[in-house]
Order: sequence, then structure tokens, then C-alpha cells
Amino acid sequence: MKKVIMGNHAVSYGVRASEAKVISAYPITPQTHVVELLSEMCANGEIDAKFIKVESEHSAMAACVGASAAGVRTFTATSSQGLLLMHEMLHWAVGARLPIVLANINRAVGPPWSIWTDQNDSLSQRDVGWLQLYVESNQETQDTIPQAFKIAEELQMPVMVVMDAFFLSHTYEIVDLIEAEKVREFLPPYQPEIKMDVNDPHSFGNLAGPDMYMELRYMIQEAMEKGIDVIKRVDKEFEKVFGRGYGVVEAYRCDDAETILVTSGTVASTTRAVIDEMRDEGISIGALKIRVFRPFPFEDVFEILSKAKKVAVIDRNISFGGHGIFYQEIKSALYGRTGIPILGYIAGLGGRDITPSVIREIADKALSDKNPERYINWIGVKR
Amino acid sequence: MFNYLEYIRESNFPHIWCAGCGDGIILKALIRAIDKLGMSRDESVMVSGIGCSSRTPGYMDINTLHTTHGRALPFATGVKLANPDLKVIVITGDGDATAIGGNHFIHAARRNIDLTVLLYNNYIYGMTGGQCSPMTPVGSKASTAQHGNLEPSFNTSGLAIAAGASFVARTDVYHVQQCEKFISKALQKKGFSLVEIMTPCPTAYGRRNKMANPVTMMEWLKDNMVPVAKYDKMTDQEREGKVSAGILCDIDKAEFTAEYDKLIKKVRTE
Repeated sequence: MKKVIMGNHAVSYGVRASEAKVISAYPITPQTHVVELLSEMCANGEIDAKFIKVESEHSAMAACVGASAAGVRTFTATSSQGLLLMHEMLHWAVGARLPIVLANINRAVGPPWSIWTDQNDSLSQRDVGWLQLYVESNQETQDTIPQAFKIAEELQMPVMVVMDAFFLSHTYEIVDLIEAEKVREFLPPYQPEIKMDVNDPHSFGNLAGPDMYMELRYMIQEAMEKGIDVIKRVDKEFEKVFGRGYGVVEAYRCDDAETILVTSGTVASTTRAVIDEMRDEGISIGALKIRVFRPFPFEDVFEILSKAKKVAVIDRNISFGGHGIFYQEIKSALYGRTGIPILGYIAGLGGRDITPSVIREIADKALSDKNPERYINWIGVKR
Repeated sequence: MFNYLEYIRESNFPHIWCAGCGDGIILKALIRAIDKLGMSRDESVMVSGIGCSSRTPGYMDINTLHTTHGRALPFATGVKLANPDLKVIVITGDGDATAIGGNHFIHAARRNIDLTVLLYNNYIYGMTGGQCSPMTPVGSKASTAQHGNLEPSFNTSGLAIAAGASFVARTDVYHVQQCEKFISKALQKKGFSLVEIMTPCPTAYGRRNKMANPVTMMEWLKDNMVPVAKYDKMTDQEREGKVSAGILCDIDKAEFTAEYDKLIKKVRTE
């Protein structure tokens, strides 16, 4: 069934179809609709889940950790300050190898207070060990939730689905709704190998000395390294059932492109329109959307970008004192294997619009830029 | 007529509060109390957390600090310790103070640090659209309690008293003169002073609980806020649905920043 829904509700429908059993969350703009609709679905019996109202995001993730350790499919949603407050528990979910799925609505971090989008909230969680998938449409948002559960449960790792505030969270689009009955063909019931069980007791979160801790960290990295292949396979399996797939990256008119713009989130959609316009003018340009940020698809990125003569990365984020965060990853993917210039552009922080003309400005700058030493170019900053 | 605008940061208007919200009534009561006490605005600081209540300092022409959700009290504790001569007023709400900031709330009261806390209690998370807070009454509906709230709520004033506050009062925006009087008393008290102010949220709470009309919510306050002397004599049955109003605690006891200074002096002279 097709329905016109907001991005936040696309998450809720994805969770309903995935038959999560425990949902715990705390209100925060612009996320709240996600869990309000889930709370309603729990209340009217549309989903057989327990909704736990907690006193903070830290408690929300702690409750998810408990529920997941007890052996059920578990979900939460948050944004910005809420995600940052969860930080300690995000580490915990990874270390405990719990396949929790979290939807994060990208919102700028304060102060000054901002409720508008940028990616610094989720990207500042880069090193906690959560898989991160960035989506660009309401359809992709809904479809990515059951994919995330499948990936999470297979790798025994938590997965974050990340989307832009307002441009996606509050924007209404047509979504082909998926139903639990059909999702079951793709996503089997969650049956953890180890769970809290009175008949088979285990010790959870116990002390690991220097003789053991490092091995457990190695196993997390091992799971991450398997991640790209698992995500690709799960995406294919989803496509088989529902006819829609998204990949780990998406190359748009890149085959013969001399210059490639790298983007993520909703900016990817806008960029495609600019690419078409520039192609019509005879300019050899393409776009690469990064869907999976952790684990980073180094090989896929290299394969596409190494054929180009120049790469321009648009970052709606910044690692202060460093570069744009996607920029750093792209550079790392190409390092030592190609000498092509990689240019970095910071745009759209705190929800400032990245319109087609902004992307065109970046593309024009990139085409004419003869100085690849300039790694950070700020777009539209009033100085 | 009293010139409120003298205290208002007009550049931040229009305000975000909905029609029928009581938060503006508290803002005005606070301005009158500050004005009548002749407080120096240069030596006063307003600190707030997150939520509709916490927008108040943004509208005041005074030193203001708009902090993160639930953390107004630790920020304010830092301000007060750095300069104990400052008058520090904390603006918070039921979600901000008793959920995400609950731990800070009891510890600030326990220390009896000289802060004036105005807690706007509207029974709901208003800013995010009406989710259950720890102050939502049992049985009330919220966006996260479609069939009525299951969880018992805090007696917030009682909690502050038990934790160690030196002044605690409960009032509401209908009884606006009492509201101003209690704010004034709290501002003059040396120690942790709390004024819990019942304020209507017709948009997020009233609409779900048969009080969509702001007047109905005001009437609810008029009819159900009971003077504490009378409330104390009521039976449990009579207390059903009623809320006690008045000064619930007013005691003189050692205040944290003063004790801190005393200790420094003592250690240095020994």
C-alpha cells in the first residue's frame, strides 16, 4: 500500500514491519514523531511491543541494552543532544554485542541552540563501533530499518540509521509501505545465540583483564570488516523480496566522469539534479552518494573515484582542527593508491540550505580549483 | 501601568508560547517581583534548561544562560560557586527538573545551595508535543499514554523538602498575586528555594484531557488548588484531584556557598 507520510513516520512503519518487541525513547525535536507513532501502534495493538517511557536518552539506551540482552528485537530513536547523552551507552551496546537499531535524526549540536540539520551529532559517534547508514528518501528510510535489524542480528552489532532533520524527518513523500507478513520472508524472528536465560545463565558485562579485553575488541573490528559484504548481501535479499535496493554507495553518472562530487543524505538527491544540468552543458561530472559510513566502504569508493581526475567532497559537518569528516574518509580510501586531487567543501551547517545553486557553486569551484592543497573550503560563510 | 517592556528583550519576540499558556503570566510575576525588590539586573543571572518554561530567560533583559536539557541546576551551581554574590534564578519545567534533571534537582536541594528555582509544572512535555512526563497524573492522556498514564507522578515539592531545600512553595498562574508573592519570598531566601508553579498547557495537555479551552484549564486551577492549611485537614477522599498550595517549607539552615567560604577561612587560619 502506498501512503504519503513524513520521514519520521517512515521510520515508525519500518519498525512496525520489523516486529520490534521493546521500544524505549525520550522526546526530542525533530525525532519525537517517530516514537509517538510507535507508542500509538503499541497502544492500539498494531505492533506487539512494549513501549518504555524513560527519564532521559541515557536511560532509553540503557533500557534497550537490557531488553536486547534479554533476547528481543529492540529499537530507539533520538537526535543531536539526545544521541550525545547516550554516548556512554552506545559504547556499551557495542561491547555487549547487542543488535539494537537506532534512528538518529541529524540535528546540529548546541550551543548556540539549533534544531536544524547537520551531521556532527552522528559523526561525533564515529568511533563507538555502531554501524551507520545515511538515507536520503522516506522510502529508503522505511526500507533501511528492517535491513538494519537483519544486518545487526547477523553481525551482533548495533546499527544506526541516520537521516536529515526536517528535509527528511518532516517532509512528506510517497512511501510503498512494507508489511510485517512480507518482511518475515526477509527478516526471520530474532533468535540470539546468547541471552539472559534462567535455564542457561551467563555473566554479562563482567570484568575482562588485559589478557582478554583486546581479543574482544579485535572481534568487534572483525565484525565491522565483514560488515560491507553483509550489508550488500542483505540489500540484495531485500531487493529480491521488495524490488528495491540501495547499495553501500551509489554512483550517479560516474562512469566517464572527470570530476566526481561526493555527498550523503538528502544532499545526494539535490546533487543528482545539478549533475544532470551540468551534463547537459557538456561538463564531465558525476556524483557518489555514500550510504554506509561505518564500516566505511573503502574498496567501493576507491573503485569509483580512482577513475576520476578530481574529487570534491561536500561535508555537512566539520571535525574542528581537521577537515570535513567524509572528506577524511575519502582521502583515507584513496591514499597511496592514486594522486588525484581531493577537495573539501563545508556547507549547510545548522540547517542552512544546500540548494542546487550551492552545489553548482561547489562544482564550479572544484572544476576551476588549481590548488589541491586547500582541503577546506567554506561555502556561503559571512565573514 | 507597570512597564514590563523595560525588562523584556524585544528582539527575541514574538515568543513561542501558545495561546492559553500560563508561562507568560509567570514571566510577568517574576518581573514584578524583581522590580519591587529593586534587584540589580547586572548582578542577577537566569539559568534555564530545555522546554517551554526554559524559554523564559531568553525573553528577559538580564544575564541569561540557556543550557541543556535537565542541566540548568549544575550550570547554576557553577555560576553561584564562581561568584556567590550573584543572585541566581533557575527556570525549569516538570520534564526538565524531575525527569532528565531529576538527579541534579535532589542534589542541589540536598546541598541547600542559594538558588531560586521556579519550576513550571504543566503536567506534560509541551515543547515536543505532549508526551508523558514524571508529573503527568495517573490516568491522564498523553501522546505516549493513549489509554491513560500508568505511572505515579512525583510530589515534586515534597521531594525537594525531603532532599533538604530551605524554602518550598506551590502556587499557580490563576492565583497570580500569590504566585508573585511566593516568587518574591523565594528570591529573598538564602538557600535552595523552590516555587512549583502550576501552569496550563491547553495545547499539549488540555486537548487530550477534556480541557482544550484555556479558560477551562484556568477554572481547573481556580477550583482545585487548595490552601495547604485546608488541604492538611482533608481526608484522602477529599484530596482526590486536589493540589495543595501555599508555603510548604520555610526554614533557616546552613547554606552551601556560605559554608564553603567558612571552611576556606577556617582551614587558612588553622
